[in-house]
Amino acid sequence: MNAVPMNIAAKPLAELISAEALAEIDRWIAKYPPEQKQSAVIQALHIVQDQHGWLNNERMDAVAEYLGMPKIAVYEVATFYTMFNLKPCGRHTIAVCTNISCMLRGSDVIVSHLEKKLGIRLGQTTADGKFTIKEVECLAACGGAPMFQIGKTYYENLTPQRVDEILDKLK
Amino acid sequence: MVNIEIDGKPLQVDDGKMLIEAADEAGIPIPRFCYHKKLSIAANCRMCLVEVEKAAKPLPACATPVTDGMRVYTRSAKALTAQKGVMEFLLINHPLDCPICDQGGECELQEVAMGYGSDVSRYQEKKRVVKDKNIGPLISTDMTRCIHCTRCVRFGQEIAGLMELGATGRGEHMEIGTYIEQSLVSEMSGNVIDLCPVGALTSKPFRFSARAWEMSQRDSIAPHDSIGSNLHLHVRDGQVMRVVPRENEAINEVWISDRDRYSYTGLNSEERLQAPRIKQKGAWQETDWQTALDFTVQNLRKAIAGHGAQQTGALSAPHCTLEEMYLLQKLLRGLGSQNLDHRLRQNDFSPQTPQYPWLGQGLAQLEKLDAVLLIGSNVRKEQPIGAHRLRKAALRGAEVMLINPVDYDFNFPAGEKIIIAPDAMVSALAGVARALCELDKAANKTHLDALAQVAVSSIHRTMASRLKSADNAGLLLGSSALAHPRLGALHTLAKLITRLSGARLGYLPQASNSVGGWLAGMLPDRDARGKSVSQPGLNARAMLEQGLKSYVLLNMEPEFDCANPAAALRNLNAAECVVTLTPYVTSQMESYADVLLPVTPFSETPGTFVNAEGRWQEFNAAVRPLGEARPTWKVLRVLGNLFELPGFDYVSAQEISHELRALAPDLATAGNGGDSATLPQLDNHGQTQGLMRIGHVPIHSIDNIVRRASALQQTADAEQACIRLNAAEAGRHGLMDGASARVSQDEAEARLTVRVDARVPDGAALIAAGVPGSETLGASFGAVNVERLA
Repeated sequence: MNAVPMNIAAKPLAELISAEALAEIDRWIAKYPPEQKQSAVIQALHIVQDQHGWLNNERMDAVAEYLGMPKIAVYEVATFYTMFNLKPCGRHTIAVCTNISCMLRGSDVIVSHLEKKLGIRLGQTTADGKFTIKEVECLAACGGAPMFQIGKTYYENLTPQRVDEILDKLK
Repeated sequence: MVNIEIDGKPLQVDDGKMLIEAADEAGIPIPRFCYHKKLSIAANCRMCLVEVEKAAKPLPACATPVTDGMRVYTRSAKALTAQKGVMEFLLINHPLDCPICDQGGECELQEVAMGYGSDVSRYQEKKRVVKDKNIGPLISTDMTRCIHCTRCVRFGQEIAGLMELGATGRGEHMEIGTYIEQSLVSEMSGNVIDLCPVGALTSKPFRFSARAWEMSQRDSIAPHDSIGSNLHLHVRDGQVMRVVPRENEAINEVWISDRDRYSYTGLNSEERLQAPRIKQKGAWQETDWQTALDFTVQNLRKAIAGHGAQQTGALSAPHCTLEEMYLLQKLLRGLGSQNLDHRLRQNDFSPQTPQYPWLGQGLAQLEKLDAVLLIGSNVRKEQPIGAHRLRKAALRGAEVMLINPVDYDFNFPAGEKIIIAPDAMVSALAGVARALCELDKAANKTHLDALAQVAVSSIHRTMASRLKSADNAGLLLGSSALAHPRLGALHTLAKLITRLSGARLGYLPQASNSVGGWLAGMLPDRDARGKSVSQPGLNARAMLEQGLKSYVLLNMEPEFDCANPAAALRNLNAAECVVTLTPYVTSQMESYADVLLPVTPFSETPGTFVNAEGRWQEFNAAVRPLGEARPTWKVLRVLGNLFELPGFDYVSAQEISHELRALAPDLATAGNGGDSATLPQLDNHGQTQGLMRIGHVPIHSIDNIVRRASALQQTADAEQACIRLNAAEAGRHGLMDGASARVSQDEAEARLTVRVDARVPDGAALIAAGVPGSETLGASFGAVNVERLA
């Protein structure tokens, strides 16, 4: 017999997130016609991720179930956008832009400084679980290149020195 | 209609068509990968770029609608440059190692690259590598070869109705797969192999076993359901190497079910009987045909002389060809016996049962229905291509309603449904009938009186009004209705409902030649002309439950193919003489049979199947018979000669089918038979005492070939024998999931594992028939006792 696991029923979303978070997802669903509630998938994934810091299969499956979508369609969305973390990540996720404007303004230096300072590579998390660094596409702050985003805050016109100051302030 | 011009050729094309469709109709080739006429338009491969006059850039022919006066050039310098550019990009990440690829020689990418590719690659950089995925026992993956056309993804969403494959990641990291490792479960999944334009998805059982140019292609007809999908068998050295669909828009379009695609893996199983065998003094010995046939004739003569022809009967599997069944009934009738039947799984043979259970319409008609009431059918697993037609109707907005003994999972949205134990299905249908009568009380007074005791619920009323108000409504009765112990009552009520609502009545017969069996006269009470015989013989159930002195069995395994395996085996073992014509030998046969005559499966014989819609489809042998096996029609013809019966001088199978064609009644005029005048007794609309068995036949247990198809037996659809109860019913019997239970029906019993299954209604136990483990049990739809085993 083939040992490939079959589809397993998803856990209900209500068991995975708070009542407020669920209400927030419902608010997003209400914005769309009932037969198109899957339009709320990106917001739903964001809300679930805010609760846990990252998305595992159980959480994505629960979103799929809740929105009446095939599971694979949710995986497609979650893997397409770099804003979704599909692995556990640190308390602070540093999303470094390496697109063309930032690259021309020296994002390579920022990345290698970060890697050296934290002792990890892009996509990894420090052993103390404090920082994750990842490479992202353009975050629309080319005027302040090179830049990165930590949590929801943009930090622009970065230099190695400024990176040190920013990281030192974070707990 | 608009006037356009492609490559200087003026064309008249329907409004709204895409350029590529117009070109295809006119026979003008345009290369493509993502476009497929049965799938939505993705326009992501860009291979079909063509030059359109006055357009600034080349346009994708698959996504450009025709407009009046359009001038298109598919081979201009601009078009060719664009196509060659796309080809070069597509080949950047694709391995250039066709000789080691299973698709080599029949690959769309390879072919188009021959026409549009460069002879050397300018690409020097690293190629991307994608890990292969394990998506189950049917499909192999080689994902580095994938060019992201997304045909397989769209197939899942749009045709199979089960999105299992998707495109995860983005840009260069995009991959086609299931994301979480799992097997595809769609019963149509193998079609992605045909759709895949490269060697990324290939057939797992066939992989690396033959090259396209080594095989010859033979036409055939699928033998496992009543759809009769058209097939190509690819053969090499006298062996069927694989099966692919043959396009027929009226039947299977371009698809086939996995069962039809992979059943060939059971054709040459080790259990194939390759030489005649006779039992002498209790010992089996292999012999030649002459001896075996003489032995057969001698023993049957002796049995008839000793006990009379009324003590001889013949049973044929419903997947035997028309010619085989016609000759078998001719032989037995020539010997003086009317004990004939092909309805092995039927339980009710009362006069109210249908006379010709067929679809009553064309298959393509199914997708035009606006309201459908499915009764006792798991159409998705029983006739996957039929379900595909119903799915199209449902997506168009049709309401598909259900009265089923199990809450089967369908690949289309189902509307109102009544999931109820089999014995209560009759009163559920009566409820719908009464609701229809109530719509016009004055006109239906007598029926209302007859149905006075029937309770009508709001679901019955909704079903009734949907059927009545739809322009095109249909009632479809499936396998669980045909095997139902009160088939006659269901048929009568269905007749009444169709008469009152204007809906069309149809049956979804189970086997590839179920309809053919009725036409070939393989019945105890009607001959091949459809005329009643003066002294009807015994039906399948009576023959196997009352017991006869001698039997002729054709292409069947009673323990898996009959309504009551325990009774069948008991009486076969008690008989004096059992002649078995079979492609496979089983230990059961060795116990009850006296002669084993090796006959051929569908791939080794010419024949005709009549599908659900009544279409006669002839096919030829694709390969030579294995070993000493011979086509059944030849064996029966010789037996006819040896018995010195008149009219057995056929020199080809075609002669037989032509003879029958001239006799057989026309289904369209014959109708389904039966009437709605005398309504059934509805006194027991409560539950029977205890549990009622639902003995449905799982998709991969339907006949002797499929049961041996190793590839199919590894899929999730291959069911093991177990008893399925809902949680409440399991609780009432003190059973838990995984527990062991003793299941009994009269003297018959089996030990089965308990599975808690929410799909099963109260008062019922789902115990599949046709699977090893349940063959010791009795009636497939009958009362059953369950006891916990410590």
